[in-house]
Parts: sequence; structure tokens; C-alpha cells
Amino acid sequence: MSGGSYYVPATSKWPILGSLALGTMLVGFGMILVHGLNGLMMAAGFVALLTVMGLWFRDVIKESRSGLYDAQMDRSFRQGMAWFIFSEVMFFGAFFGALFYVRTFALPWLDGEGAKGVAALLWPDFTASWPLLDPPGDVSGAREVLSPWQLPLANTLLLVGSSITLTVAHEGLKEGLRQTTRNWLLVTVLMGFTFIALQGVEYYEAYHHYGLTLEAGIYGSTFFLLTGFHGAHVIVGATILTVMLLRILRGHFAAQDHFGFEAACWYWHFVDVVWVGLFLFVYVF
Amino acid sequence: MAPKLPLHHPVEQSSTANAGGQAAAHPAPRYGIKRWLLTTNHKEIGSLYLIFSLTMFFIGGTFAMVVRAELFQPGLQLVEPEFFNQMTTMHGLIMVFGAIMPSFVGLANWMIPLQIGAPDMALPRLNNFSFWLLPVAFTLLLSTLLMPGGGPNFGWTFYAPLSTTYAPPSTTFFILSLHIAGISSILGAINIIATVLNLRAPGMRMMDMPLFCWTWLITAFLLIAVMPVLAGAVTMMLMDINFGTSFFNAAGGGDPVLFQHLFWFFGHPEVYIMILPAFGIVSAIIPTFSRKRLFGYASMVYATGAIAILSFMVWAHHMFTVGMPLTAELFFMYTTMLIAVPTGVKVFNWVATMFRGSISFEPPMLFALAFVVQFTIGGFSGLMLAISPADFQYHDTYFVVAHFHYVLVPGALFAILAAAYYWLPKWTGHYPNLRLAQWHFWLSVIGVNLTFFPMHFAGLAGMPRRIPDYALQFADFNLASSLGGFLFGASQLLFVWLIIKCVRGGEKAPAKAWEGAEDLEWSVPSPAPLHTFEHPPTFRHESK
Repeated sequence: MSGGSYYVPATSKWPILGSLALGTMLVGFGMILVHGLNGLMMAAGFVALLTVMGLWFRDVIKESRSGLYDAQMDRSFRQGMAWFIFSEVMFFGAFFGALFYVRTFALPWLDGEGAKGVAALLWPDFTASWPLLDPPGDVSGAREVLSPWQLPLANTLLLVGSSITLTVAHEGLKEGLRQTTRNWLLVTVLMGFTFIALQGVEYYEAYHHYGLTLEAGIYGSTFFLLTGFHGAHVIVGATILTVMLLRILRGHFAAQDHFGFEAACWYWHFVDVVWVGLFLFVYVF
Repeated sequence: MAPKLPLHHPVEQSSTANAGGQAAAHPAPRYGIKRWLLTTNHKEIGSLYLIFSLTMFFIGGTFAMVVRAELFQPGLQLVEPEFFNQMTTMHGLIMVFGAIMPSFVGLANWMIPLQIGAPDMALPRLNNFSFWLLPVAFTLLLSTLLMPGGGPNFGWTFYAPLSTTYAPPSTTFFILSLHIAGISSILGAINIIATVLNLRAPGMRMMDMPLFCWTWLITAFLLIAVMPVLAGAVTMMLMDINFGTSFFNAAGGGDPVLFQHLFWFFGHPEVYIMILPAFGIVSAIIPTFSRKRLFGYASMVYATGAIAILSFMVWAHHMFTVGMPLTAELFFMYTTMLIAVPTGVKVFNWVATMFRGSISFEPPMLFALAFVVQFTIGGFSGLMLAISPADFQYHDTYFVVAHFHYVLVPGALFAILAAAYYWLPKWTGHYPNLRLAQWHFWLSVIGVNLTFFPMHFAGLAGMPRRIPDYALQFADFNLASSLGGFLFGASQLLFVWLIIKCVRGGEKAPAKAWEGAEDLEWSVPSPAPLHTFEHPPTFRHESK
């Protein structure tokens, strides 16, 4: 609640172009799925969306660097980012909720346990287990369970480690040690993309050695949706951090005023925390 | 002492008088189509939202008229059952996501900055983005009606496996349109929270805010919490349909009931998303026309918060008959009944506000009063439905249809109409034709009750919902409902006429258009200039 004048931007063409780009991308996606069309429309929408986002953020960065934003504006951005991350938490919550519901209720009931065990009448031979390798109906499951102590453990160390290196970079920025910031941010970005590469290796192994696919019953469904959406978020987060690295190289951000950088850190830590949840409940337990 | 309504607020009128004084800072195309496409102004975006939702209201209303025409008499006469199912489904989807929700967002856009003395919404470009996602989403949704196999036909709750295994091919597009609408809601809600928390005029504390801002703050929180869950649920549908996953397929170890849990974890807070802003509107109008302060301001705030918290703990009361453990039936029954307590606090406070007030019955007040009475009827039938053993009788009958239409039409929609009449003088600078508005009110009240009251009886007698034909003994109830529906639908045309007349002219309204209106928006001129409160007013809350 400052007494100054809050910055209200002039008209902008990015919002409407962004919504059209998003619509094009999603309709293009639907066209692939429903009508078997090629991905041209979706790709065009995606490129347009990225372009609009880039130009929109460029405007914001310009305004910020020309001193149009005051402390109140800064608080608006903080509110916006915090609540955006909360919405992401709830999005992952839906998939974790599905996982817990299936493991705690649906599968034991199909096996004849508990209050609704009458569901066992559907497939009397079914035995519940987790991870579920042998689904009850005419769905073939995975051959083997992924071990948490190989690639997933390495990925956990990578991602948790990257949160630490990012914090070092952030502290460096606050102390005015821009060399430190640059170096540790670079390390963080590399760790992020290494994580993605390892995740790609794991998906390859899951499909080709473990028989774990999207079609492999509820184990495959929950595994790929949870790790897949997380992986997509890591890609987004690592891209944001790359942009932050470029901005650092260009001399952006002051020691006391660098919310863009801080927001990227928030996002990265959020992605990290989600991974810890994934490691525990998708892989270990 | 608890702060009261801002009876004294020395507004720096100078700042509002030279609207456009910052013209250099706003090189905006003020005329032509670009003005509307590119705007970052909360008033213009608010108007866009309101026009959009009114359009959707008539499209969804047309679908309802098709439904009522088919149900006018027993037997199949006008439409194929498959198309009937698409009409009931699209009516629900359009009204919930396209009419009621965006109209509340439009009101928030217009009024929250005016009520808290802010220059605009906190993130104006994001605000424009939130709006323009909606036409994209709803064009896509409506286009599914023209696709092979038709549009969504599984009810607005789109339960799996009806919406997965047995769904028409267009369902993928329906899912994607919901994604876009969901992004719009989340971004809009983020903007509202940031505005309310960050842009209040200096001196205005949280407990000084008009209740509309409070209820919208809490609504925005609900939106951010549950729209992503809906996005997750429809994503699982998308994967089940197109990629062979087994989320809602028991053969693969999933569970169709899981869909219902996810949907209603979103769906129950969603119904409060559609009513809490209405509470805020009514809490503004009743004090104005009773010429008294709102009774129990603080308890209204706490009751709204309590309703929001409870809304996360009641979702399975929509699923009593699906087969749940007894403990779950009991838990959800008791938590649901608890909601009657904070809701009762609200109704009590509205009545107590009017007690010994100096009441006048202008159209906003008429609609607000009708809201209190009719929403309470819908609340009581909700209590009946909350009783799990009784719900086994009522479930999926017209009693449920009567219940949720009573809270949504004479409830939420009447509050929106009340808000429109209340704030039209501020938006346009003219009073609406008050006499014609009274006609609109009485025709609406008669129409709405004739439509929905007989549905209670049809439902208790056993008529199932979502069905194009019915047994002969329900004929009279349905005849009444259809006649009422046509009357209600037709009388809404009067509303459009009234708005057009009011925009184009009419009796000039002063800054304080209603004698008893005390909130901050009445301190700026009518019509409100494009830019208001560019320098925040000093707000002095009343202390004793």
C-alpha cells in the first residue's frame, strides 16, 4: 500500500495473440488425436505461443529495467507467482490423490478386502499388490518393477543437489558476487538438463526392458503421468533458469531487486519438492 | 471496535476528475475494435466479461428451452434422445463455466478496484489474457455440437466411463476446451487475490473492505485450489481415451469411482465459487436499501471462510449411492450438514440488517430479497439431500434438479441481476428504466418458481433426471415447468432491452446513485471515468 502511482501498462497485443496461439496449439493437438492429422497445426501454435511469451516477458523486463515498477508492483508479482505455484501443487495433488486412492481403496476392494470388497466378484482370481504387475481384467501389466536405487536415486541426488547449487547462486547475487552466481547457475542448469536426459533413458528402459508402458494398467498410468508432468515441469524450470543465466550474463538484476530470478528459484524448488514426493511414493514405497 | 462501512472517506476527487490526465502514459487506441481486443483497463475487461457471459446465458438458455420443449408432454416429439442428452449437457456446461462464473469475474473486474480504491487490477495484461481465453474455449466447446457423433452427451458432470469408453469422438475437444477455460479461471483468480491483498487504498484494512471483495477473495482461493484438480481429472480422461491408460478402467486396476471423487473434489468448491460472490453482492445491496449498516460484518467474513473450508470436506455427498464405506457416508453427511451453520449466519444477518431499517424496493433490492428467500429454499432442499439414507430416494431425480436450480437461478443468477441493476448507474451514468425492471423482476420470479418448484414434486414422485421421456403421472408437473421455463426465458429478453436502453440513455445518475449506498465506488462520478484512483484515495475507517 504505497502512496505512489501504480504502473498500469498500456494496451498490449500479447494477451489476445497468446490466447489464439494456445487455442491453435490445443486444437491442433486434438486434430492429431481425433482425426489423425499431422502435427503441423499444433507445432505452429506451440511456436506462436513461445514467441508471444518471449515478447510479452521482454516487455515486462524492459519496463522493469526502465524503473516503471515500484515496491507495490513487486508485491503483485510475488503474489502472482506464489499463487501460480499453489495451483501447480494442486494439479500434482490430483495425480497423487489418484495414486493414493487406487492403492488404498480401489485395488484392495477389487481383491475382496474391506467395506467394498464385493468388487472382488468382478475378477475372483485377482490379487492386489503394488506396484500392480498383474491387472485384474484384459489389460497386460508391466513385466518388472523399476528399482528406485538406480537411475531414480541418481536423479534424486541431481535434483536435490541442483536446489542447493541454485541457492548458492542466489546468495551470490544477493552479495553482489556475480561470478559466483553465473557459475553456480550454469551448474544448476546443466544438472537440470542432465536430469531430463536420465529420465529419457529411464523411459526407454521402462518401455523396452520392463514392459512398463502407458497401456500397462494403473501402475503405468500413474507412473508415466506423475513422472511425465514432473519432467515437463523440469524442462520448463530449466528453460527459465537458462533465461535467468542469459540475463545474468547481460548484467540484469540488482543485489536487492531481482524478483525475476527469485521467482525462477521458487519454481525450481517447487519442482524439486514434487520430485521428492515422487521418489518416495512412486518409486520407493 | 470492529471497523464499519466507510461512511467517511475524503476522496481526492482531483485525481479522478482529471481522468485521462495520464493520457501520455496510456497511448491506447480508444476507438474501434482494437480498443477492446488489446485493452488492459479493468472496466473495459469487466464489460467484456459481462457481455460474454450474457451471450453465453442466452446460448445456454436456448438449450434449456429445447429441453423444456421436449419435456412439455410425455413421449418423444421434438428431438432425438441423443440430441436431448447433448442439450442437457451443454446447457449445464455453458451455464456453469460460460455464464455464471464469467459474469462474477466481470463484476469483480469492474467493482473490486473501485471498492478498494485501486487504479486497476494488479496484473492488467494478465487480466486481458484471462478474458480472451474464454471466447477461444467456448467456441471450441460449442463447435463440438457440429462434429461427427455430436457434442458432449454425458451430463455436465461427465462421469467416466460415459465420458471415456462410451463417449463421442468430440470428447477430446471438450476436454481441451475445459483446459483453456480452467487456465482462464486460475489466472483471473490470481489477479483478484493480488489486487485485493496488495492494492487497497492506504488506510483500508482487510476488515474495512466491502463484503463483495471479501467473498471474491475467498472465491479466488477456491478457484486456484480446485481448477487444477479438474484439469488433472480431465487430463486423465484424455489419456484414458487416447493413450490407453487405466485411470478410470477397473480392468487395468483403476476405478471409475475415482473419477467421481476427483470431479466432486473440484465440483463442490465449484458450487460455492458460484454462490460466494452472490453473498457479497446481496451484502452490499440490502444495507443500501435498508439504509442501515450490514449487521454482523465480521461474522459474515468468518462465515464465508468457514463455508470455504467446509467445501473441501463434503464432496462425496454427491456420491452417496455409488457405494462407499459406511464411515464415509456418515462423515460426508455430517460435514455437509455443518455447512448449514455458517449459511444460516448469513441469512440471519441479512434479515437482521433489514430489521427496523428504512426499506425501499428498487429493482436491485427486489432481486436481493428474492435471492434471500429463494436461495434459502434451495439451501433447505440441500439439507434434505445431505441426509444420506434419504438421498438414496432423491438421488438422480428431479428433486436434485430442483435443488441446484434453486441455488443457481433464483440464487446466483438473481444476485447477478441485482448487481447489474445496482451498478448500472455507475457503469453507464444512467438509471435503468425502474418500472420496466420491476416487470422484469416479477416475470422472472413467477417464471422461475413455476419452472423449478414443481420439479421438487416430480422428483419426490420418482421422476429421473436427464431423460427425454417420462411416465404419464409426471405430465402435469412437467407442463407447469415448461410453461414457467418459457416465461422465464422470454422475460430475460426484457433485461437485454433494459441494458441497451440504459447504455444509450435514461435518467442521469449522480455519483452516489442510491441514497443509502456507502461504499467507495459511489465516490467516483457516474459513469465512472476510464481511469479512477490513479492516485490512491486516503481511506479513513471509522473507529469508536
